[in-house]
Amino acid sequence: MESASLTRHGEYEWHIAPERGMRVPGVIFADSRLIQGMDDKVCQQVCNVAKLPGIVGASFAMPDAHWGYGFPIGGVAAFDPDEGGVVSAGGVGFDISCGVRTLRTGLDREALEGVKARLADALYAAIPAGVGSTGLVHLSHGDMHDMLMGGAQWAVAQGYGADEDLEYIEERGIMSDAKPTAVSAFAKRRQQDEMGTLGSGNHYLEVQEVAEVFLPDIARGFGLELGKIVVSLHCGSRGLGHQIGTEFLKEMVIAANSFGIILPDRELACAPIQSELGERYLGAMRAAINCALANRQILTHLTRKAFAKVLPQAELSLLYDVSHNTCKAEEHFVDGRKRLLFVHRKGATRAFGPGHPDLPDAYKDLGQPVLIGGSMGTESYVLAGVSKMPGFEQAFSSACHGAGRQMSRTEARRNWQGRTVVDTLARRGILVRSPSMRGVAEEAPDAYKSVANVVNSAQSAGLARKVARLLPVICIKG
Amino acid sequence: MALTAHWEHFLHDADVGVRGIGSSAEIAFEQAAVALTAIVTEVEHVRANEVVEIACQAPDLELLLVEWLNRIIYEMAVRKMLFCLFRVTLQAGGLSAAIGGEPIDISRHQPAVEPKGATYTALSVRQDSDGSWLAQCVIDV
Repeated sequence: MESASLTRHGEYEWHIAPERGMRVPGVIFADSRLIQGMDDKVCQQVCNVAKLPGIVGASFAMPDAHWGYGFPIGGVAAFDPDEGGVVSAGGVGFDISCGVRTLRTGLDREALEGVKARLADALYAAIPAGVGSTGLVHLSHGDMHDMLMGGAQWAVAQGYGADEDLEYIEERGIMSDAKPTAVSAFAKRRQQDEMGTLGSGNHYLEVQEVAEVFLPDIARGFGLELGKIVVSLHCGSRGLGHQIGTEFLKEMVIAANSFGIILPDRELACAPIQSELGERYLGAMRAAINCALANRQILTHLTRKAFAKVLPQAELSLLYDVSHNTCKAEEHFVDGRKRLLFVHRKGATRAFGPGHPDLPDAYKDLGQPVLIGGSMGTESYVLAGVSKMPGFEQAFSSACHGAGRQMSRTEARRNWQGRTVVDTLARRGILVRSPSMRGVAEEAPDAYKSVANVVNSAQSAGLARKVARLLPVICIKG
Repeated sequence: MALTAHWEHFLHDADVGVRGIGSSAEIAFEQAAVALTAIVTEVEHVRANEVVEIACQAPDLELLLVEWLNRIIYEMAVRKMLFCLFRVTLQAGGLSAAIGGEPIDISRHQPAVEPKGATYTALSVRQDSDGSWLAQCVIDV
């Protein structure tokens, strides 16, 4: 990225002064190396978001920001409904409530010796993954409604998991004010056979080892110790979320003129929060959040069953579940007063600091776990939200979400063969199971940027603190 | 010399752009759909054993391209099929089409990634000065 339009504020913060219709400044958190590697379009998209009605504070981009659709991936923006603020389907994205869930197992690394391949096979057999896969749960019309209202709470009531799980999911596992009636028949049809499926592309389930602990006290509070085994899964609201995103994006593009909104980019399609369309989208999007939470809950259940077959002594408990494609109504201090804002996080993770009322009791003094996925075969991180005075939180208490690609899928396919990637990782002790070798080639570790640079920048910029580093042992790839 | 209809992918940071080129808007739409399938698998591995009829509407040609690709993505998802043959007829305010394909065969198709939706990013449907038509946009995968 050309940094001419950027003003540097300290080592890890870059500002873009408001000009040409921007209502607020742009702020990008990154070190100089990440800034140089960012596409110029990130800067352009940060500026375009800053032009939307009712935006508050600044248009933010996280250290892993890259060229997205309307919003940059890694974008954070908050809107005030009382100032004509908008909700944007593009600002949430197609994979509504895509996120990461991490489970502790209580096992040490040594417990996997001799059974690793068997565990990999059991997980691969249990977790429906890849294009065209079908879940074991098929929903009737009534079940679909209940699932869209109840999220992970619905899933637990169906026998997929335990009540204790819910404490460690954002919103306690259920997004309130969901409106299943705002979800089209097409979206429900697309989800009918996809409950409890992992998906494809960059979605995965990994068995990981805690390879490094940076903050022992917080790590202990999160139940993480060096050498312990955890499981992380990354997926979202599946076909239902994709269809809701598709339909509302179109409706908002067509309706923008009628609201008098000039879109600098059609993908920024939005509607006033206080409009029929805005409210309908929010209701449908919240239903999709519930779908994602229910989906990850069912996958948790399937993971536990697979572990029970191979390592019956394992006790899988939730560390946390965070979503990184959402718009949520949150109270924030801005200009010295508390305001209800609609915070869009598109490829960005909420990162509440210690003391936040929404945190589980066990994490009240620690801060929210922020789960950052890396690429297949590399590392992932657990971070924690940081303590700030009200009104001084960075980017409305948000942090990064992952590594981000540095190479197109086509280029990755030209560079690597899936089988070679699997064999190379196996020699390093990482077992990959996937239905598609082409998919594995496209997700090769070096097709992604270094997640270490991203989390280091997030920490240095004061967005979150590094707690632990995780290394993969088994990877189930869609 | 007659223009040869063809498709290509173009770069987007995390995702893939699809571009169809042909002597008419209809052919450009058909080629963009072939490019969509090529995101998932090698198109030549897909057989047109079954035909699905679809129709869609939109207020202009560019929005119609997004609608068309999204409709194919929907049919791929709910029918668990891949498509390789596309016949498009443009009509006032929309299009009708026959799309041919077959159920996904994991071992033969090795499907890499499922498209989530067609976007308005890098969206363009236009006739160039040489008379050829181009239809393109980025697909979120």
